[in-house]
Amino acid sequence: MTVNTQARTDEFTDIYDLGEPIADTRAPDVDVRQRWETRRFEAKLVNPANRRKLKVIIVGTGLAGASAAATLGEAGYHVTSFCYQDSPRRAHSIAAQGGINAAKNYRNDGDSIYRLFYDTVKGGDFRSRESNVYRLAQVSVEIIDQCVAQGVPFAREYGGLLDNRSFGGVQVSRTFYARGQTGQQLLIGAYQALERQVAAGTVINHTRHEMLEVIVADDRARGVIVRDMVTGEIETHFADAVVLATGGYGNVFFLSTNAMGCNVTANWRAHRKGAYFGNPCYTQIHPTCIPVSGDYQSKLTLMSESLRNDGRIWVPKKAGDDRPASQIPEDERDYYLERQYPSFGNLVPRDIASRAAKYVCDEGRGVGPGGLGVYLDFADAITRLGRDTVEAKYGNLFDMYAQITGENPYETPMRIYPAVHYTMGGLWVDYDLQSSITGLFVTGEANFSDHGANRLGASALMQGLADGYFVLPYTLANYLADGPYEPIDETHPAAVEAKQQVTDRIEKLLSINGTRTVDSFHRELGTIMWEYCGMARTEGGLLKAIELIRELRTEFWRNVKVTGVNEDLNQTLERAGRVADFIDLGELMCIDALHRRESCGGHFRVESQTEDGEALRHDDDFAYVAAWEFGGDGGKPVLHKEALIYQNVEMKQRSYK
Amino acid sequence: MTKRVGARRSTVALKALMAVSGLIMVGYLLLHMYGNLKVFSGQVAFDEYSHHLRTIGEPLLPESGLLWIIRVVLLAAIIAHVYSAVVLTVRDRKATRTGSGPRYKSKQNKRGFQRSYASFTLRWGGVIIFLFIIFHLLNLTTNDIAPGGASASPYERVLNTFGEWYMVLVYTIALLAVGFHLRHGVWAAGMTLGANTSVKARRNLNVLAYALSGIITIGFLIPPYAILFGWVG
Amino acid sequence: MKITVRVWRQANPSDEGKMVGYDLDDVSEHMSFLEMLDVLNERLTLEGEEPIAFDSDCREGICGMCGLVINGLAHGPERTTTCQLHMRSFKDGDVIDIEPWRSSSFPVVKDLVVDRGAFDRIIQAGGYISAPTGSAPEANNLPVPKENADHAFEAATCIGCGACVAACPNGSAMLFTAAKITHLGLLPQGQPERASRVLGMVEQHDHEGFGNCTNIGECTAACPKGIPLDTISRLNRDLLGALAKGKA
Repeated sequence: MTVNTQARTDEFTDIYDLGEPIADTRAPDVDVRQRWETRRFEAKLVNPANRRKLKVIIVGTGLAGASAAATLGEAGYHVTSFCYQDSPRRAHSIAAQGGINAAKNYRNDGDSIYRLFYDTVKGGDFRSRESNVYRLAQVSVEIIDQCVAQGVPFAREYGGLLDNRSFGGVQVSRTFYARGQTGQQLLIGAYQALERQVAAGTVINHTRHEMLEVIVADDRARGVIVRDMVTGEIETHFADAVVLATGGYGNVFFLSTNAMGCNVTANWRAHRKGAYFGNPCYTQIHPTCIPVSGDYQSKLTLMSESLRNDGRIWVPKKAGDDRPASQIPEDERDYYLERQYPSFGNLVPRDIASRAAKYVCDEGRGVGPGGLGVYLDFADAITRLGRDTVEAKYGNLFDMYAQITGENPYETPMRIYPAVHYTMGGLWVDYDLQSSITGLFVTGEANFSDHGANRLGASALMQGLADGYFVLPYTLANYLADGPYEPIDETHPAAVEAKQQVTDRIEKLLSINGTRTVDSFHRELGTIMWEYCGMARTEGGLLKAIELIRELRTEFWRNVKVTGVNEDLNQTLERAGRVADFIDLGELMCIDALHRRESCGGHFRVESQTEDGEALRHDDDFAYVAAWEFGGDGGKPVLHKEALIYQNVEMKQRSYK
Repeated sequence: MTKRVGARRSTVALKALMAVSGLIMVGYLLLHMYGNLKVFSGQVAFDEYSHHLRTIGEPLLPESGLLWIIRVVLLAAIIAHVYSAVVLTVRDRKATRTGSGPRYKSKQNKRGFQRSYASFTLRWGGVIIFLFIIFHLLNLTTNDIAPGGASASPYERVLNTFGEWYMVLVYTIALLAVGFHLRHGVWAAGMTLGANTSVKARRNLNVLAYALSGIITIGFLIPPYAILFGWVG
Repeated sequence: MKITVRVWRQANPSDEGKMVGYDLDDVSEHMSFLEMLDVLNERLTLEGEEPIAFDSDCREGICGMCGLVINGLAHGPERTTTCQLHMRSFKDGDVIDIEPWRSSSFPVVKDLVVDRGAFDRIIQAGGYISAPTGSAPEANNLPVPKENADHAFEAATCIGCGACVAACPNGSAMLFTAAKITHLGLLPQGQPERASRVLGMVEQHDHEGFGNCTNIGECTAACPKGIPLDTISRLNRDLLGALAKGKA
């Protein structure tokens, strides 16, 4: 491998190949305001009588999956849905705390669809598609209506109308919320709608089933291979279209705020069968998580960003200062965000706050176990507002912190550290949410489409529900209008091949019988990714990471120990398959991060920063989506570029000084 | 899975039956207690009251008509109460019976987080009360059990019975069982009939349960002890 | 610290199952309870033994996937989910009993994993508001008194973990069922289906074989989200009201 620092646009052709450029051909060529309406009008319709003859498979039952299954079932299609949990209600959308944005302008504070569109494009650091984002802002309004009708108990004012708050550094109050459990309430709403369809017989839901392969027959996605996680049976399911609503891949870092079971397997299997992976390196790292307490740690817990409204972030001025916080005098504390960013102070965007924390810890000034933490101090707020006010505002968060750490945040400052929280990258889709495999649609966090290089707060819930309730039902119908497609069965070569791939892989995993546990590989992968493909990335580091990951893959397939058998509930086997795919994905993430020699949103290349240490984009060279085509095992991935064309929003450099 | 039955035969409906039948009996107990306290008015008044119970409602009703109506209603209430208790208990056993031995093998925290003595003893307390009622009827109604001597005068029957310390002890135990049963039962009846829908309602319901169980237990125990200590007659 | 755990091991639904003891020498008080089991499982794997199967997903107390009976108490001694329980709640030398949720309606799948599909079926029987996508009126056309909205929210925070069933001496799922009845029944949107909802859900609850409520309150004491007992009274009231109106 050669390290080439000659020119920004030089490609690493020894690591990947450059393919043909691609483009989204589905968004109508009209003014951005008219695109969705035009597309809906142009989309083909399916006669209600024909819907009964059409089958749709939906993998995943989070906001994007459950809402789509409920809506399509209601419309009369035959829907089969799968989730790996024991109930659709457990999907990780449930853990979203903050809220959901919608351009309702209930506050009369100047919000509008256009402003939500603008804020989202800007927040995404100008690396998202205008068409998709504008549509997202348009349907945001309908989402709130739909959820309220379902009985989602949003926060209300004394007059009985819906309450809003300002969230994620925007200047309007457009966030709808249900205390700190908005994701839970929205998911339960979608789950209930889904179960209603199950009762009506339009949706069949399989719990504890994991998708392990997609069946691509005659160039169309026609089904999936799933494993019944209780019996180990490998099942084949066919349909006229397949939807992946399988969430993000933050667990590639081992430690993240994702649920234990979140994985990339469905997406990665589809990628291997021809679906392009868009912008895999775009990950969001959230600054206010509870730090790691030991090497047994299994996951990280996020605390709402709202804590930064009143908490002050600091570390000792002196490296290696291990006195307790209370014994460090005021003049030996460094309130580094307030110092570096006088106008935004502790409220700088997520990526900046995260990176600043990393830097001070790298300097040896971090606090707590392992020196990986910074203080978030409420002493001033308690003096200024009184303990009761602080308790009223943040009581539940303080309780959660105390529960996990055993420390009382009213007395000693909280310790926080950044953690991986969301992945903006995902399978590449066009305006219709269709991937590069015909008939394979991807929704929610699993696709790459709406958040560019960085996601704004309260936008993930919005996107998941927008895709599932309001976008997919139209675009999928357009595809299904040409169906039903020629029936295929288990004897079709594509089905046979897919099933064989699954059983071969399981047999292989069970036969290695090495000396290292699956988790030990996952942890090691996480360490590599966090170190070299985390908050600050360098060319040298990424090249090293690629090498380390390749070695890790070899070691994994030689030395992993998977106990038990397939024909049983075997959680080790489940994890082994997921970790194997994470290793492959990790490599692609590093390649993507390596090739993008600019900083944008959640992707920070140390080589590309302003004099003030801010992320520096290079719009002339990198205003495109990187869509990666699978290059075969041991082969090189192929990079296809989709140029991002901005007709409505002017690209600007962010500044939070 | 158990057989699918409609909501009319659901556990909640059965519980409502249990609650209503229980409350009927509570109402009867209050009247019964009022009658008992007449023992302090002397033999004539007490026996007259006793006789009056048989003639009340005449000539509209035949002799002992009302008494029989009360008896039929009470019998129906008891049957309904016991029936629902048995059906629901069998069901609960089935719902928690998994494999052999106790439901949880752990020997720690057998009383859970907060189970009260009253709720813990509701079922066995109910059985004790049922047996006591039979005993009580044989004792003071039919007078087949007549410690201290049989008599045609209800007043004398009462005096003879509670002149014996061990009979007072038996009645005390039984009434404490009734007290505990009512403490949880009245509360549960309120819950079942939908009276607990706010913090305030819950408090009121608890107060009511304590008050009724206290009043009935003490109210019934006053005459026996007064007789035992010789303050009556 | 050193502890001993006694864990219910059951290879499959038809296996008899038994408690098996394991000693752990180096447990940090900062570990979560499930991380302690993770560490034990890593050890068992390396020793070539099958690791203990248990459910967990979000590990932040909201998905409802985890749930163990610890020392006879659902979710253990603190009022929280098992995943949010930490080893600092125990002390050196403790013997900790770990068992699955016990109810004939929650059959054991393996070790500490149970099948809670009955909960989904109870929701299918009416735990929703019929609001087809696209048919919703403007959200603010339907004001909801804040008090009702807050109460509805309180009930809606149920995570469907099943601790209520595990803790109930009768194995009743009334608290779970009632939380949904209360959530939807307190909102104006939920009124049209109020009677059919309670009738359907209670019927399904009974059909699943759950026990009946004897108003003991163990469920609400074990509930990690503190769903109040008065929800059950609301369910009772709704059911009796529906029956009285002849809706059944």
